[in-house]
Amino acid sequence: MKKKKKIGSGIFMGLIVLFLYAPILYTIVFSFNEGKSLTKFTGFSLKWYSKMFANNTMMEALFYTIACAVLATAISTVVGTITAIGLSKSRKVLKNIVEQVNELPIMNPEIVTAIGLLMLFSAIHIEKGFFTMLLAHIMFCVPYVILSVMPKLRTLNPNLAEAAMDLGATPFKALTKVIVPQCMPGIISGALIAFTMSFDDFVISYFVTGNGVSNISILVYTESRRVNPSINALSTLIVLIITVSLVLVNIIPQLVARKNGKSAGVENI
Amino acid sequence: MKQFRKMVYPYLIWSTVMIAVPMLLILLYAFTSEGNTVTRFLFSLKNFKRFLTDKTFLDVLLRSLRIAVETTVICVLLGYPTAYVIAKYTEKVKMRWVLIITLPTWINMLVRTYAWTGILQEDGVINSILGAFGIRPVAFMYTDFAVILGMVYNFLPFMVIQIYTSLTKMDYSLIEAASDLGANPRKCFTKVTLPLSMPGVISGITLVFLPSVSSFCIPRMLGGGSYVMVGTIIESQFLTAGDWNFGSAISLIMAIIIMISMYITRKVDKGEKMEGATQS
Repeated sequence: MKKKKKIGSGIFMGLIVLFLYAPILYTIVFSFNEGKSLTKFTGFSLKWYSKMFANNTMMEALFYTIACAVLATAISTVVGTITAIGLSKSRKVLKNIVEQVNELPIMNPEIVTAIGLLMLFSAIHIEKGFFTMLLAHIMFCVPYVILSVMPKLRTLNPNLAEAAMDLGATPFKALTKVIVPQCMPGIISGALIAFTMSFDDFVISYFVTGNGVSNISILVYTESRRVNPSINALSTLIVLIITVSLVLVNIIPQLVARKNGKSAGVENI
Repeated sequence: MKQFRKMVYPYLIWSTVMIAVPMLLILLYAFTSEGNTVTRFLFSLKNFKRFLTDKTFLDVLLRSLRIAVETTVICVLLGYPTAYVIAKYTEKVKMRWVLIITLPTWINMLVRTYAWTGILQEDGVINSILGAFGIRPVAFMYTDFAVILGMVYNFLPFMVIQIYTSLTKMDYSLIEAASDLGANPRKCFTKVTLPLSMPGVISGITLVFLPSVSSFCIPRMLGGGSYVMVGTIIESQFLTAGDWNFGSAISLIMAIIIMISMYITRKVDKGEKMEGATQS
């Protein structure tokens, strides 16, 4: 009876994995297809990759996506961390107000945030393009950074920064040498969330860009109307980038922990 | 420590301009009807009237809600057993499975949805498999089925992770106690495990229902150009028809419907808890 149950759940989980991964695998396989068809595999070739690298709009979209994600992550991580630290020392009223406002982009459907920004940018006459996309990305990334830094700050001992300043540290030094290092895990996970949010964003970018600037999502969306196997090549490239960075993100902390573990061991002796 | 308080001010200004003002703009445009450059405030309910009296728009709204509800139900039906099976594994295997489930969500949603267009084609993989069994090709693309499939595919991991989290937080001694007191495994599940995992189901429903009711890229890619949902109407009002007042009114109506349904879901959850409390 138990064995039967185990086989049943095994089959079920296998089907779920098949459901989640088959499309990704399908894309990868068909990126190497020789023909133009998305349904018949006629032979192995790398021509869609060379076509992709020769395609200016695709390379530009890739560049804009990465540039926007890097800039938005850097800026929103700094702004979010600074704000979170400020909030942890602020009065409750102010804290509540900022937290409520931050909920808006998280809770609202993306399309609502997107049209709001579209109207804002046209009201203050900023031309739609890379700059507006970056501003929008910073806008929806900061709340996530604040959300992931705040819990770390709550567990912090407030006396430590106090003590540092009593011992002659300037407030800036107390901030960079005491508070920030202690909430580093929260800052890093906030930055990671910000990066993937920005890298994957479609709806908001789609509404606030224009003038020939597009990111990967917008490109896939507009190109999906016609058959273009270069998209499969681009998708495979993205899958590769994401997988490699996920592996790195998972491995680096382990290596650091091992190193720290060793040095901590030395200190103990 | 007061010197650190000043650090909030830049973001206070930023969030006012970038978060609060856009929301106010939506309100302003929804209640006026003067075209895309609102110069003076003339209160009007015209946009809402247009939406609520036109049968085609109401049909679209109902269809969006139906598609979102169906997506959510399927996600619960598939997600709950998945989460349940994972929660029963040993610690190490659990972590591996959580990674397996979440990994696809890191890959761009458009890219993953695009992959389905090839699979669902009339001469695609699924139809070739069906053909091997002698079943004639089925037109999957540009149907409700394709849209719901795309949504379930994109949002299922959210559901699994939410339910999984609430299942692992559960105190397993309660199940042991129930079975010691004579409950059979089925009763243990319906009377102990299921009620205790309800918070996870509720937050999973929130995470699936909200993006599916407002989605516009999945219906556009898998439903085709003539497949209309609330999200696609809003998109066309802003990007092709250029009627921002009407578009704002529709998004306001959608936001209100979402808020109400969230409120009801939470209320139902609480109601169930109260019932449980009085029974014990």
